[in-house]
Order: sequence, then structure tokens, then C-alpha cells
Amino acid sequence: MDFLRPASWEEALAAKAEHPTAVPIAGGTDVMVEINFDHRRPEYLLDLNRIGDLYEWEVGEDSVRLGASVPYSKIMESLRAELPGLALASHTVASPQIRNRGGVGGNLGTASPAGDAHPALLAAGAEVEVESVRGSRRIPIDEFYTGVKRNALAADELIKSVHIEKADGPQQYSKVGTRNAMVIAVCAFGLALHPETRSVRTGIGSAAPTPVRAKAAEEFLNAALEEGGFWDSGKIITPSVAKQFAQLCSGACNPIDDVRGTASYRRHAVGVMARRTLTWTWESYRGARRTTEGAA
Amino acid sequence: MRVNFTVNGRKQEADDVWEGESLLYVLRERLGLPGSKNACEQGECGSCTVRLDGVPVCSCLVAAGQVEGREVVTVEGLAEFAKQRAEHGGCATGACGTSLQDAQLGVPPGEAWGRAAKGQDSHTGEGTELSPVQQAFIDAGAVQCGFCTPGLLVAADEMLEHNPNPTDADIREALSGNLCRCTGYEKIMDAVRLAAARQGEAV
Repeated sequence: MDFLRPASWEEALAAKAEHPTAVPIAGGTDVMVEINFDHRRPEYLLDLNRIGDLYEWEVGEDSVRLGASVPYSKIMESLRAELPGLALASHTVASPQIRNRGGVGGNLGTASPAGDAHPALLAAGAEVEVESVRGSRRIPIDEFYTGVKRNALAADELIKSVHIEKADGPQQYSKVGTRNAMVIAVCAFGLALHPETRSVRTGIGSAAPTPVRAKAAEEFLNAALEEGGFWDSGKIITPSVAKQFAQLCSGACNPIDDVRGTASYRRHAVGVMARRTLTWTWESYRGARRTTEGAA
Repeated sequence: MRVNFTVNGRKQEADDVWEGESLLYVLRERLGLPGSKNACEQGECGSCTVRLDGVPVCSCLVAAGQVEGREVVTVEGLAEFAKQRAEHGGCATGACGTSLQDAQLGVPPGEAWGRAAKGQDSHTGEGTELSPVQQAFIDAGAVQCGFCTPGLLVAADEMLEHNPNPTDADIREALSGNLCRCTGYEKIMDAVRLAAARQGEAV
């Protein structure tokens, strides 16, 4: 095994071009487990810890450019207002020790359907900025996950950052597990209201071969909210609408039975989380509207 | 490969390190510091928790090569670390800025560690007085088999550094990455509350 220690992003890209089989390691929370347990013996480890750019973030007008290695603990601390869904998801990652090391770049690189960040990224809307010596490109999050633990990266590409749309409305994140810390999600659900475009986006984790959006559920809810004039009136969402939304979210799942839960439990739980997160976000939206009206 | 880094204030050079080796293995097997415990090797149990540039991490998930040039504090150095922090107001590693006095004296970050009294060893922790958190664990009876204790001490000490008046929920969350199989959590809670109370009295 060789340990490659690039001191800059350019050096890292050159190393990855020269050794496309090199396994990038940043927080190490996935890679080191595999090495410790002898599940993986990569020929090259490509250490990204010395590349300062990967630990930085920038809040722009419409989006946040989040460096691939920014640890979850920093996202929780510093980006709660701009990225509430991702901040909530970050808080459910493992333990403080793991959140101090792991970041979104690792979640994307591993592309496990159970990665905690995915539902939040799908719901908020994001693009993954990847780069190689050939150049850089931005992959829309919906096209990033290509299979179980597979993503759209080419062999010579590295994840540089994620561009995540800043929240324009309430966002929520929910995760099912046997305790509040140190659990891999049985299933997870992210929901974001986008009042500016009058739309709702979702993200489902651990209930299909890849993280997915419940697109049929989104379309149904967008139409129902529009037709009922809910965005303007801010009235309570009709229970039948919430129920139908939940059912469609369950229907978007394609889960398996495994040690953490059965397929039918996952489908059911995703429906419950969908209804709950819709209620929570809609209540915040209504609350915010009341505050604005009161101040005017 | 060779790895150079600072452990408990002392410069260390580890040789013949295998590229896939963890920081935990280097500490225990190459540097003679078995305080950090090797249990799950997958970041689940927290018994290998150390401070890396001031931040609590599972040393089993840090590749040895990643600590080149960085500062590590293990449970062996915790007492001296806590002492330095108390004397210099806040941070002992220099990771959060060199103290004014050290800056004036031209002491590089980490070098302050060398000032431990004679007969004491800040590296192995032998002969040093216990840190307030360590003493509280003893006084509260929070140690049973002791395997989880080093990780809990490092995690609890770090929490009290930035949150001197933790609620029970704060303590539970800060220690949520540390498992105790003797089911001694209640006494661990007592110990951290005790350390916090004593810290408050001391100020």
C-alpha cells in the first residue's frame, strides 16, 4: 500500500489521474473501518486532510458552496440558518467524534443509500462539483447516485464541493433508528418547502438501492397546494392530502429486508415520516406567515 | 513510512508504520501509550477517543499518515493538558491560539508541556496529579472494568472545556459516542456533573 499525501488540490488531482484506483480518505470514518476489518486493501490511499480548501464553505446569494471535507459538526454549528435540513441530518450522524471527522464529501463518495446527508441534499436541491485534471463539472444531485454504493464519478475525479440551495422555507429531516446516536438509518426522510417556487421537495434514505426523491408525491402535493390556494391562505393542510402524500412517499420506496428492518416496515415508516415532516414544516411556514403579517 | 507528530506535548517519530495503520495502533503498539483502548475498530465505541489538534476523534479511524505534523493528546496526557489549560486560560494545545505569555516568551505551541515538575511525565501521565475529570470519575465510582474510561475522560474533559455548565442532555449527547458495557452510565453522569460543579467552584 502507498500513502499519497498531496499538499494541494492540484497535486491531489494529479495523483488521482496517475493512480485512478487510489482510494481518497478524508474523515476516514468509512475507509478506515474497511481497512481495519481487512475488507479492503487499496493499492493507494489518497489523503485529503492537508487540502485546506476542502474544509471551507462560502455562503453565496442563492446557494452555499460547501467544501467536501467540512465536518458535520461545523455544518451544525455554522450553517443551521442556510441549510436547516442538512444541519438536522448532520446532527443525526453517529457521534460527536464521528461528526468531527466526517463530511458530506465522504457521504457522497461512499454513496451508501443509508448516508445521512443524502435525503437533505435531495430535498434542498444541490449540485456536486467534481474535478479531474481534465476539468471540472457539476453533477445535479438527482443524477449523482447511480446504484448501491455507486455514483457518477469517473475514476480520475475527486469531489471538491457541494453547491446546496439556501433554504427559502422550512426544512425537516427525520431518521428511524434504535437510538439517538450511533445508528445507521433504518430509513430516513428529508423534506423542504420552497415557497419562492411554491414547490416541495423530498429525499428518502435507506429505502431503495440509492437515495431517491418521491417525485410522484411531490407532484401530487405541489398540485394540491396550488389548487387549494394553501400557499396564499396558509391554512392547515387537509388530512386527506397529507395522507395521500404519505402513501405516495411510501410508494417511492423500493426497500429490502435486512438486519436493520424489513422492507414493509421501511415503507410504512417512510410514510409516517413524510406525514410528520410535512406537518412540521407546514406549521413553521404558517407561523412565519403570521409573524410577517403581524409585523406588516 | 515514517510519521512525525506531537503526542502529549512531546515530539514523536514513528518508524516502519504500515500505510493502512491507524493512529490508535501507532499510539499503543509503537509509542507505548496503551491508555487509548482498542475495542470496536469501527468508531462505534469511543474507547480510543483522543484529541487531534484539540478535536475529539476516534483514533482507530484516523490513518497514521494523516497525523503528520499534528498534535495529539491521549488520556495519558490529559492531566497535564488540563493543568496547562487551567494555567493558560482555555486551551492547552495552542490549537486555539498561543497564550499571550507563551507568545511573549517565544514558546512554541505544545512546548509549554515540557514544564511539568520533576519526576512527572506528561507523556505517559505517570507521577502527575489527576485532572479534575479523572478525580471526579474516581470519587463518583464511575469506573467499573475501566475499558471505556479513557475515551469517556477525553470526551467529558473536552465538553467541560467549552461547556462548563452542561445540562444532563448536553452530557448525554457529548458522551453518546462512548459505550460502557458495565452499564455504569448513571455514575458516569454523576462524575461529569461532579467535575462540572468542582470546576464552577474553582473559578
